Amino acid sequence: MSEIDTVESTVDTEKAKRVNFDPRILVFTCNWCSYAGADLAGTSRLQYPPNARIIRTMCSGRIDPVFVLEALRDGADGVIVTGCHPGDCHYVKGNFRAEKRFHFLKMALKQLGVEEDRVRLAWISAGEGEKFSLLVRDMTDKVRELGPNQLKSSTIRSTSEVRS
Amino acid sequence: MCHCGINIGGVVNVPEVVEYAKTLPNVVWTEGNLYTCSEAGLSSIRDSIKKHGLNRVIVASCTPRTHEPLFRATCEEAGLNKYLFEMANIREQCSWVHSHEPEEATAKAKGIVRMAVARARWLEPQDEPEVDVSDSAMVIGGGVSGLTAAVTLANQGFKVHLVEKEPQLGGITRRLGKIYPTLQDSSEIIDPLIKTTTSNENIQVYTSATLKDVSGYVGNFKVTLKKGTEDMKLDVGTIVLASGALNYEPPKGSFQYGVLGGVVTQLQLEEMLARGEVAEPERVLMIQCVGSRTGEVWTYELSDMSQSFAARLLSKILGVKKEEGWPYCSKICCMNAIKNAIRIKELWPKAHVDILFSDLRTYKEYEDFYRKARALEVKFIRYIREIPPEITEAPNKKLNVTAYDTLAGVETEFLCDLVVLSTPLCPSKEDVMLARMLKVPLGPDGFFMEAHPKLRPVDCQSDGIFIAGTACGPKDIPESIISAKAAAARASILMANRKLRTEALTADVNTDLCIGCGLCEELCPYGAHKIQNGKSTTIAALCRGCGVCAADCPRHAITMRHYSDRQILAQVEAMMA
Repeated sequence: MSEIDTVESTVDTEKAKRVNFDPRILVFTCNWCSYAGADLAGTSRLQYPPNARIIRTMCSGRIDPVFVLEALRDGADGVIVTGCHPGDCHYVKGNFRAEKRFHFLKMALKQLGVEEDRVRLAWISAGEGEKFSLLVRDMTDKVRELGPNQLKSSTIRSTSEVRS
Repeated sequence: MCHCGINIGGVVNVPEVVEYAKTLPNVVWTEGNLYTCSEAGLSSIRDSIKKHGLNRVIVASCTPRTHEPLFRATCEEAGLNKYLFEMANIREQCSWVHSHEPEEATAKAKGIVRMAVARARWLEPQDEPEVDVSDSAMVIGGGVSGLTAAVTLANQGFKVHLVEKEPQLGGITRRLGKIYPTLQDSSEIIDPLIKTTTSNENIQVYTSATLKDVSGYVGNFKVTLKKGTEDMKLDVGTIVLASGALNYEPPKGSFQYGVLGGVVTQLQLEEMLARGEVAEPERVLMIQCVGSRTGEVWTYELSDMSQSFAARLLSKILGVKKEEGWPYCSKICCMNAIKNAIRIKELWPKAHVDILFSDLRTYKEYEDFYRKARALEVKFIRYIREIPPEITEAPNKKLNVTAYDTLAGVETEFLCDLVVLSTPLCPSKEDVMLARMLKVPLGPDGFFMEAHPKLRPVDCQSDGIFIAGTACGPKDIPESIISAKAAAARASILMANRKLRTEALTADVNTDLCIGCGLCEELCPYGAHKIQNGKSTTIAALCRGCGVCAADCPRHAITMRHYSDRQILAQVEAMMA
């Protein structure tokens, strides 16, 4: 099989998978490492499923667990929080803080009855374009197995409503 | 909306996304451009701001990491605060990664634009704080690049601290005997440069010194040096990273290196020639691409997932077995081998020199250099990597090399006095520590990574740090000098201004909500929060804008400028809409 055939057949299988359920994945990236890693996946033309949307913040330490909960409540099927590798944080230790909060987030999700595989924390450096594309691919597959996120229809009040 | 030629327009249906954007709330003007970053595109932004009274501008195109400054400046020219500009990345994060799925890519582009519009609605104008920039620089590394950068900066009147871990300045250049293509002594280049450096009153040289700690930020780096048992503190405005590269040494036994006496690297040959340790040989054989362009990547601490893509691809397609070394072409080895071949021919015209190569890359004027070697009867023989030359011991301290000559299609034997391995320049293990200290990333090959390979080749991703020479990949001497001068010029722009506007991404405390718990004070890595009179206050000059405090504040009393909860949540909401 030629290289083009292989690519096309991969695309076809991917499309077939989408017939049943097309998950929506939100990726939080930090400005310095993981957003740059996502860009590198682009400049290297590393293909991944179009299910992910990226929100850029300056540091993974900026990610309030509320953002993740809000995304799940609004209907995201999976959320990935990415940052610089431990020790590489542009802001010294923001990613450690992100990791700490992430554990609490997982506990909260457990209480809410949300499958823990719907959220993921990953370290992506600016040089890891391939890792980024593999991450999105893997997360899309995992979340597709889980099926649609059930939290969406629940009656939890939006945090922005609470705050305003 | 930018087509970026066919980069976006070839995949994403841009006119469709333009039409879609018109339906989004608050959008009053949309336009598709072939290249939004062209002068035509930029003047159209300026004109539209004035004509339609726009107070938010969104460009859907490439990554903000390269083009945001340009579009922000354009908005400012039209009188719009640059923080009211927003970018939607539909190239690196859409068209380029979904090239075979135009429909899905178009739908995703619409989503990305929708998210950008949602965020833009909450953007606010910001004033950028001004910080002082110290007019002294630190240059890390005293090789040809570091020395050039130091002298260039010092001649412009800046104070330079040059840090070298070895007791002597000069780097690898000092160890080279002759340099190509002029075949002059390397000392002709490096000695005057060392002398100019050490005699320049603006340059303070620290040899046998290493970096212990670097903190602070652009304009105000605080550096701790370690020299012997002594610690020294420096305050510098900019840093030029010229830590260089290593000459790769093959593992013991590879091509009999370290096992048989006559097998040496090119650098060792040069040192032996300089010391007069080489007796007249009958035949010298050189082997190219030893430890470079291999099927395996040698990683230090980085994750193996990212490193081995090229390696895995190679092993899959070519079936190359695992080789020790580096995946890239080191660029200088071909010319270096030819240089040493010519030297041997000039010293001993009767000696035979054969060069075993897999691909010879003598770019630019080096083609003439190659022809010169041919004229001197240096023989070039092509081998293939799948059948590497075999080296065995022969009587009278000679070496017997069996290689498959692809042109003749036969195995050929060579009885030689010396086998010289052309090994690549490679990153050093210390680079990992240095990268951590400076908060700059290493690329997939382990070299320091530039902010953009084409548009910002000597800038680091962290402001105020610039890369010179082989620290970011193999370079020859002229290229190292060019990059060193470029890095020095980039650093001097910052220092000449003495003042710098920093991004207004600081934290802002709502004192009505603050209960003075002190969590922000405890968590801030820069000491930018202080509890005064039971309320938190932000010291804007110290705040770097990471947002850890805002995410942790139990009362949501802290707003990050330009990355507020509202702006982020608006994006989250728009993603699902």
